[in-house]
Amino acid sequence: MKLHEYQARDILERFGLPVTGGGVASTPEEARQLAEQIGGKVVVKAQVQVGGRGKAGGVKLADTPEQTEEVARQILGMDIKGLTVEKVLVAEAITYDKELYLSAILDRTTKRIVLIASAEGGVEIEEVAKTNPEAIVKLAPDPLLGLQQYQAMQLAFDIGLKDGKQSRQFARIAMGIFKIFKDVDASLVEINPLVIKADGVLQALDSKILLDDSALFRHPDFEALRDTAGEPPAELQAREANITFIKLDGDIGCMVNGAGLAMATMDVVKMYGGEPANFLDIGGGANAQKVAAALNIILSDPNVKAVLINIFGGITRGDEVAKGIVAALGEVSRQVPMVVRLVGTNAEEGARILADAKLIPAGSLGEAAQRVVEVARGA
Amino acid sequence: MVPALWLTTDAQRGRLTTCQEDTLSILVDNNTRLLVQGITGNEGTFHTRAMLAYGTNVVAGVTPGRGGQMAVDGKVPVFNTVREAVRETGANVSWIAVPAELNATDPILEAVDAGIPLIVSLAEGIPANDMVATYEVVRRSGARLVGPNCPGLLTPGQAKVGIIPGHIATPGPVGVVSKSGTLTYEAVDALTKLGLGQSTIVGIGGDPIIGTSFIDVLELFQADPETEAIVLIGEIGGTAEQDAAAFIRANVTKPVVSFIAGQTAPPGKRMGHAGAIISGGEGTAQEKIAALEAVGVRVAKLPTDIAQMVKEQLGH
Repeated sequence: MKLHEYQARDILERFGLPVTGGGVASTPEEARQLAEQIGGKVVVKAQVQVGGRGKAGGVKLADTPEQTEEVARQILGMDIKGLTVEKVLVAEAITYDKELYLSAILDRTTKRIVLIASAEGGVEIEEVAKTNPEAIVKLAPDPLLGLQQYQAMQLAFDIGLKDGKQSRQFARIAMGIFKIFKDVDASLVEINPLVIKADGVLQALDSKILLDDSALFRHPDFEALRDTAGEPPAELQAREANITFIKLDGDIGCMVNGAGLAMATMDVVKMYGGEPANFLDIGGGANAQKVAAALNIILSDPNVKAVLINIFGGITRGDEVAKGIVAALGEVSRQVPMVVRLVGTNAEEGARILADAKLIPAGSLGEAAQRVVEVARGA
Repeated sequence: MVPALWLTTDAQRGRLTTCQEDTLSILVDNNTRLLVQGITGNEGTFHTRAMLAYGTNVVAGVTPGRGGQMAVDGKVPVFNTVREAVRETGANVSWIAVPAELNATDPILEAVDAGIPLIVSLAEGIPANDMVATYEVVRRSGARLVGPNCPGLLTPGQAKVGIIPGHIATPGPVGVVSKSGTLTYEAVDALTKLGLGQSTIVGIGGDPIIGTSFIDVLELFQADPETEAIVLIGEIGGTAEQDAAAFIRANVTKPVVSFIAGQTAPPGKRMGHAGAIISGGEGTAQEKIAALEAVGVRVAKLPTDIAQMVKEQLGH
């Protein structure tokens, strides 16, 4: 789960890290009040979870509270890459001498939490990695002991912070984000840029936090931070039914068991010239009820012209899947052609149950994909 | 600048051993004495029944508080702790059927503590931070963990540890390693139908932090005299396939055929597996395919083409 900038900023502040003063506003009036409290120049930033908001006009400076209200009025309600701006962050506008980069990420290769720092902040770290990999310093602390003071200091020295006061500040912030990473169960905590102001003080200007979905059960309070604005209703519905579903732009609905096979099925559909309408994994051992729920979710998308059901039974049983399909067919408001490929555990029983339903059987994945593309075109 | 404290993959990887050095398969075989942690739960009972039916030597089960009972149709003795089960039965492999909601790192750590050398976990949804610490404990102990969130291992005709359907597999020369479950079954089924049996099938799982990586399994298959060709099934997310490609270039002389799922996956969307996500422009199927093809690996367009490609590689 991805947090908004203001939510990440709040977490940083809660852990005692230096962030810019300000707050979040939903109306131009609230934005003005925040500007009055801050006093002086402010920056108004659209809170949307897409990149490139600055270029889209979602980040603006304001000199006075009146101007802040005006600017907030322009930004609130603005459409940035399909998302409506519902909140703005109003923060103190500060001047600085230098931009640094600092993050903690989950690194799959070392299987550790890794800290990444660079003297080249303010740009995407992937960009720095491409153009100037030498400028990136990494550190993989012992997972059982955690980040040590001397390691955090080393990181500061390695990115060229020679001044003792600055390197100590940097080390404290590094220790802080490492602690945040562990305490909130993040998969990324990033400060970019981390700026050095004219008076030599370090401050986090922008930050990003990604939370580990698998650990959200430990943080029930974070559920309130979830922004469902950009999420299609069908994805919400699927989450409640415990089905992994992602809406895509095509017209061929896919229902598959297993994430890898679901991705491969989409690939094969595309290879035969079709466009998948979704990714859907019913999971292992799905019962008839879950299959019916999945089919209803797929058919709730008006773009869907045909459905491909691809089940390789291991723990999932073919007869259960077949029962679910039959049950769903009785409920759905609209009928589209369906190609069904059922192999593995209890596939024969499944085929018998489906014999009376108007479905198109297929033997192999290739054949199934080819058929579904044909019927979608004909529909 | 070389980051002084950055640990290399080599240093990270644990001790590489097979269960029995003289056997002709990897990791599990006729010498496997299997313990099932969480044996009295629904999943535990259901799959233990299938493992027994396959001929796996399931010697013990563990469910704290159920010690002294017999599980799975009265066939398997249950113990309160892994230590006790190991002492009484000589179990040398543990399959963990405890779901993630019930703190699934705890049984892994218990198995390590009891000295089990090979631990396989089915649990889906273990928090990554928990796995970081757990993996470190496993690594230091010298044990091997496969998974979590993996279908397990199958050495056809000898032992099934996990949930891979036994009936689709048959003994033979092809080693299969995969991040996926059902996609692997698809590939194995096609191999069997073409008359190509498998030496061992290893599902390593699709989580961000897993105990055994592609590289570890490739090393075992390369050293295994029974394995003549290798199938590697990857998916979007991370760089494990690129790491595998680098390892193949330097260390693998046997032919490798691959398939990468998620060629049409959009960036920023998690495709089911916790690890299957294209982020920061990294982890796309295209870059993985390019890395593998660059070291001579043949990459199939369709998962069902894998078998035919293996056949060609073996010159059958």
